[in-house]
Amino acid sequence: MFMQYSLRQTWLSNIRGDVLAGTVVALALIPEAIAFSIIAGVDPKVGLYASFCIAVVSAFAGGRPGMISAATGAMALLMVMLVKEHGLQYLMAATILTGVIQIIAGALKLGQLMRFVSRSVVTGFVNALAILIFMAQLPELIHVTWHVYVMTAAGLGIIYLFPYVNRTVPSPLVCIVVLTAVSLALGLDIRTVGDMGELPDTLPVFLIPDIPWNLETLKIIFPVSVTMAAVGLLESMMTATIVDDLTDTQSNKNRECAGQGVSNIASGFLGGMAGCAMIGQSVINVKSGGRTRLSTLVAGVFLLILVVFLDEWVSLIPMAALVAVMIMVSIGTFSWASLSNLRTHPKSSSVVMIATVITTVATHNLALGVGVGVLLSALFYANKVGQVFYVSALVGDDHDHRIYNVVGQVFYTSAEQFVQSFDFKEAISKVTIDVHRAHFWDLTAIDALDKVIIKLRREGADVDVIGLNEASATLVDKFAEHDKPDAIDKMMDGH
Amino acid sequence: MSNVIACIDGSSAATPVCDYAAWAAARLAAPLMLLHVLDQSRYPMENDLSGNLGVGEREHLLTELAELDARRNKMALEQGRLMLETAKARVIADGIAEPVLRQRHGHLLESLAELEDETRLLVMGKQGEEHSSDTDNDVGGNVERVVRTLHSPVLIAQGEFKTPEVVMLAFDSSATTRKGVELLAASPLFKGVSGHLVSVSKDKHTLREDMEWAEKTIVDGGHQVCTAVLDGDIEPALHAYQQEHNVDMIVMGAYGHSRLREFFVGSTTNNMLRKASVPHLLLR
Repeated sequence: MFMQYSLRQTWLSNIRGDVLAGTVVALALIPEAIAFSIIAGVDPKVGLYASFCIAVVSAFAGGRPGMISAATGAMALLMVMLVKEHGLQYLMAATILTGVIQIIAGALKLGQLMRFVSRSVVTGFVNALAILIFMAQLPELIHVTWHVYVMTAAGLGIIYLFPYVNRTVPSPLVCIVVLTAVSLALGLDIRTVGDMGELPDTLPVFLIPDIPWNLETLKIIFPVSVTMAAVGLLESMMTATIVDDLTDTQSNKNRECAGQGVSNIASGFLGGMAGCAMIGQSVINVKSGGRTRLSTLVAGVFLLILVVFLDEWVSLIPMAALVAVMIMVSIGTFSWASLSNLRTHPKSSSVVMIATVITTVATHNLALGVGVGVLLSALFYANKVGQVFYVSALVGDDHDHRIYNVVGQVFYTSAEQFVQSFDFKEAISKVTIDVHRAHFWDLTAIDALDKVIIKLRREGADVDVIGLNEASATLVDKFAEHDKPDAIDKMMDGH
Repeated sequence: MSNVIACIDGSSAATPVCDYAAWAAARLAAPLMLLHVLDQSRYPMENDLSGNLGVGEREHLLTELAELDARRNKMALEQGRLMLETAKARVIADGIAEPVLRQRHGHLLESLAELEDETRLLVMGKQGEEHSSDTDNDVGGNVERVVRTLHSPVLIAQGEFKTPEVVMLAFDSSATTRKGVELLAASPLFKGVSGHLVSVSKDKHTLREDMEWAEKTIVDGGHQVCTAVLDGDIEPALHAYQQEHNVDMIVMGAYGHSRLREFFVGSTTNNMLRKASVPHLLLR
């Protein structure tokens, strides 16, 4: 009964808003699909079929109602080399394999790994993505006549200013229609969508990639698929979080992983390329009033209707109009607040963010960028926590007795500091080390303690360690209870 | 399984819902909970189809939506509280000393399902606020969803409150209405109430044995009961009988068929509720 209820809720609770929003979003899907098909080195129809497939399948299988998934720039940038060296058939196989990997990731509940991705990394990812989308437009703006610049500027003007006149007609649509009309009326000799390759003229058909099914092929496509699966899931998880926040509702991240996989498999078998969730288009969807799965479905279906039945018109659209729309998506995706935050946020966060951006822009691989970002955050964190540590030296009851009070986190980053806190030159016959308020997290820490004890003994002191059992009980590797909630209380009480 | 829960909203049914809930709570000696659910999906959305993304659109949109929600929720919360206070005053006047008030965010069904363990009887109106009860008799969409989701009996309040003195059980020998017979016999809800055991059937012979069992069960429970087997279509026959014998509450099994069959054949329960002039206690 609940199933039925939630079906209603996730499909039919907002029909008018979803249908309208879906059509608006479809208009923003077309430029991205076409632009990035060209960058990936395939015909626009590959990207358009993929967008249709992924949007429609993820409407049913995805875990975040109201999120838009389709052929994306982030994924397209990863397949450039594969297409160049091996061709379209290998791309389709790689797309299917990407889907399989993503389904496995969903089954292994890898969505939970997202908690290691800090906010700064997410901001870096988003900014890098915006920059990549922008950079992808540059080939259309280099070595062209001045007409293209005027057209693009006019397009951006329409997109940003038209909403002040009228908010019931999508301004990207107005931009595309007006620029197409102007270019036809003036007979401008500028590049149009039709010049970029084949557009869809039929509904997509099922086909099995024409490749040798052997280990050699797997070796070629597997590295690409793994990267695409990772990037796709990263962007989808981040977009899902953004939509969660915007709509104040929950998403099912593991279902989203698997749903993403199913969509990509479908896309691969229908002659499309791999895709994932799109931040910009999802924001447009929410802004236009889309909330449920229906909006994603409408976006996909409307996209296909547009390009299949209006293909002759679509081929006349000047690339400048699409470039203008994509520049808008790029500007809207970029987190401008993060620039002013550079001054106020902690330096380490800014470094993580900027490192993520630089790595991504340099490699065109968002997975690498996120990897570097996560690694840096972890290092900064370890460094920070290592500083939560001090050793106080007290004089005992008689003057020949020294008591060291160790408080805080002892692990590989602070172990060195721990050792240096002891005065080995002090000639004294009795030393007590009180460690019951310290946490010894790893072997490096235990090693350091051993080292200190041996060193003090070699100087002739009797060494007493108090509270070692409690302290080393925190050694996580031995700490069998660490996954129980009261283990944390026990650990904190113990000190 | 302890509370009588009354679903309060802004519809005209709120007053009879309070009265019948108070009656049931007093009869069952059960605590009364007044529940108001703030269902966000019912708030209208403004349309902005401009479809563009400005500088900092995500942050901007988030603050905008959050503010909109905050404003609406604050108002809805206040309104809901007023409804609950009105309802509280009403049930106190009906003699319930300390009703529990509860307000929840989320969907009605979700909230009721969460409360299911502590629900003995649910009382609700047959239409929500969006219906104007003067002009349409339709059954609101929530009734069927609630009855199909919950396992506790649901009392659909209808018309002005009148202490039930004559109760009619629509009996069709199904497991559900057999349960109804036992309920009628044993529950303090119907102590001292005179009962009518009514069936609508063309085939009177097969029914006889069941009717005899039902009659005996009810009489053994210490009630008076008349039995009748009617001819004709279920809904008109039952309602004609109800009017003729001044019945002030009907007990019946509800939504016994699948949604699919209902789609083609229609639902007896919905027919009954649509034409109802007295409260119906629905059993599942």
